[in-house]
Amino acid sequence: MTTKRTDVVIIGAGWAGAILAKEMREAGRSVVMLERGPERSTATEGTYPGSIDELRGAIRHRLFQNPAKTTVTIRNTVNQTALPYRQLAAFLPGEGVGGAGLHWSGVHFRAAPDDLRLRSHVIDRYGAKFIPEGMNLQDYGVTYEELEPFFDKAEKVFGTSGEAYKVNGQIVGNGNVFAPSRSDKFPLPAMQDVYTASLFRKAASDVGYHPYALPAANASMQYTNTYGLQMGPCNFCGYCSGYDCYMYSKASPNINILPALRYDADFTLITDAHVLKVNLDSDRRKATGVTYLDQRENREKTIEADLVILAAFQFHNVHLMLLSGIGKPYDPISNTGVVGRNFVYQTITTSRAWLPEKQFTNQFVGAGGAGVALDDFNSDNFDHGPLGFIGGSPVWVNQAGVKPIAAAMNGGGKSAPRWGAGYKAGLVDTYRHSMAMDAHGSNMAYRDVYLDLDPTWRDSYGQPLLRMTFTWKENDIRMNQYVVGKIEPIMKALGARRYELGRLEHGEAFDTRRYQTTHLGGGAVMGTSPTDSALNRYLQSWDVSNVFVIGSNAFPQGMGYNPTGTVAALAYWAAHHIRTTYLAQPGPLVAL
Amino acid sequence: MSAPSSSRRRFVKNAAGTTAFLLLAGHDFPARARAAAQIDGKPVFFTPDEMRFLEAACDCIFPHDDLGPGATALNVPGFIDRQMDTPYGRGELWYMSGPFQDGPANLGYQLPFAPRDLYRKGIGAANHYARTERGRDFADLHPEEQVEILTAFEGGAVHFPELNARLFFEQLRRNTLEGVFSDPIHGGNRNMEGWILLAFPGARADFMDWVNQEGAAYPFGPVSISGQKA
Repeated sequence: MTTKRTDVVIIGAGWAGAILAKEMREAGRSVVMLERGPERSTATEGTYPGSIDELRGAIRHRLFQNPAKTTVTIRNTVNQTALPYRQLAAFLPGEGVGGAGLHWSGVHFRAAPDDLRLRSHVIDRYGAKFIPEGMNLQDYGVTYEELEPFFDKAEKVFGTSGEAYKVNGQIVGNGNVFAPSRSDKFPLPAMQDVYTASLFRKAASDVGYHPYALPAANASMQYTNTYGLQMGPCNFCGYCSGYDCYMYSKASPNINILPALRYDADFTLITDAHVLKVNLDSDRRKATGVTYLDQRENREKTIEADLVILAAFQFHNVHLMLLSGIGKPYDPISNTGVVGRNFVYQTITTSRAWLPEKQFTNQFVGAGGAGVALDDFNSDNFDHGPLGFIGGSPVWVNQAGVKPIAAAMNGGGKSAPRWGAGYKAGLVDTYRHSMAMDAHGSNMAYRDVYLDLDPTWRDSYGQPLLRMTFTWKENDIRMNQYVVGKIEPIMKALGARRYELGRLEHGEAFDTRRYQTTHLGGGAVMGTSPTDSALNRYLQSWDVSNVFVIGSNAFPQGMGYNPTGTVAALAYWAAHHIRTTYLAQPGPLVAL
Repeated sequence: MSAPSSSRRRFVKNAAGTTAFLLLAGHDFPARARAAAQIDGKPVFFTPDEMRFLEAACDCIFPHDDLGPGATALNVPGFIDRQMDTPYGRGELWYMSGPFQDGPANLGYQLPFAPRDLYRKGIGAANHYARTERGRDFADLHPEEQVEILTAFEGGAVHFPELNARLFFEQLRRNTLEGVFSDPIHGGNRNMEGWILLAFPGARADFMDWVNQEGAAYPFGPVSISGQKA
């Protein structure tokens, strides 16, 4: 077995890994980054026009994880047998350099202050009895005020376009009236509203809601970021979501961070390196490094390191913790253990308006992060008291560029034929004249929704697959239905000639066959106590103090917003405390 | 169809004529000949009988009508044939490790068959069903009967020996629509007629000037990845 030594080993070359690598190099530490997928760069496979081939891209999964090697098993309830997720559909993790940060859309939010301390907030406003039995409502253990400098830092690295509402307590613009005060404006002005977004903005205003431009990590103008790396202005080509940006306009680790490291002699990126486990010392309190499979040589190799950063995709981080014995696995029966606990997702439903035939919605025009949203029914921006549920959804038009195969699969709406006579007419009408609106909502954590190791199925490396136990719960279905009901007046204000409201139905089970979102969360959450969190508030393992676990795995519940902005801020927050405190005196950053 | 669409259709037709002229004039003749050989060449995976089934079934799913050509005219069966010899067709993009166990539909696909196996087994079983129920191979039935059979498959009540007919139907529907609407580089969407139907501009991928034109239709016809215009 080959062994190599480094100060810091980082698992995963996505956003979290790239941020930690840059920060650790700035702190003077040598870094080895392991990525199990291939090398990817805009200059090679991201070039026009090959990169915008829909069949090869979003349909045949050019940039997504290939489940042939490793996947998960899924069941809805604890008494079911979980079955393998054999075909990617409901969620699409990335693989290769950039991770899901290469094929993401670019919606770049800051977590809402109330969402970061949701348990405390709900108890303060509605009382402890408001929390339903079986819901594991928790605080992150970090506040918006503490994270604000790191949200700001991330936006300046990502080249985020947006319009601020409040800076240093002063109202400065026509941004989101529900957003907290910022220390600075967005680095770039908001993306222009596409036609459908402009219609939504006006209709939502007419109804009395408060629309705002989605914060987008799509560059509205030329930009040079914190690290001296350049982005070009977005041309609304419509190939963000599921693609790499040939225009250098959508932020990715590949464009916005890694070029600043690639010529650094003390930074080593090893691709096709599948990490099998984090190695622990004999008393399992300290990590000694990692063992990975060099997939090119088909050989196991070991890296010894002082500090191990897990920065893989959300559930891969949880999987590695379970395989390595970091922290106590969660058991829903005894309600003990923390690794796998509070596994969460988001509630996404799409509603559609068909406009008069003289209006062409040109849905192929778009940018993944751009659009117009409203937060009137997100977070705790509305009184939940009489409603009896927890959580909320932003509602938006986020026209990311609708491609023809994806449009064809959806066809002409619920009432139109799926094929044969009448199918084409419905599809053409829908493609040319309709517009979509999403309720992109929260999902709370529950005692019987969790991650553990599957007893039956294994990956191609011989290790047990991760098992997801997940379904929709009444609290979240009711939340979704309430918010979707608030979309109906917008449909009328738009002058839609017909519309369909998409919503979760009571008793509906999670369906793995239909794309919903890749915004999975939790499973190794941050918090204030080792009894209900796997990580302390600095994303450090409570059990193995030289292991930090960075990603949306740290979210105790699924928020209404897209996760990447908060993941990036948490990554900079953790890195800051590693640099300022941990490196000088390694050990737990929170004493027990 | 409203006036802007029909005028675009004329524009597109004229542009297509121009492109063909340029190609024949010698600008890219070898490439065009190669593409034609791939598109119109013999199937590499399917037997002639299987191709007959595909032509009939794909045309039921995406028929010729007054809006434009059907699936076979767009070379969708040829597209599906080519897909069979790709990582996708061989099942290399799916988790194919056992054990294979049946479960609720919402937990997804659980059979040990790659797409190419689904077609081989599915077409055989569909023809067997057609012969048993209607006395002829699927391709030899009247189109109305073909639609009735596919409707029965879609409904889920028909079970083939090794798979549910609905699963086969959904595979066929999915790949048919992929063949209609993917870039012609993959063999279907002949002359970009699938994109023309939708008014999708193909690989133009630059809409800085059409972010918001107050609902006016985008004025340009499609281009393909290989530079074909319509």
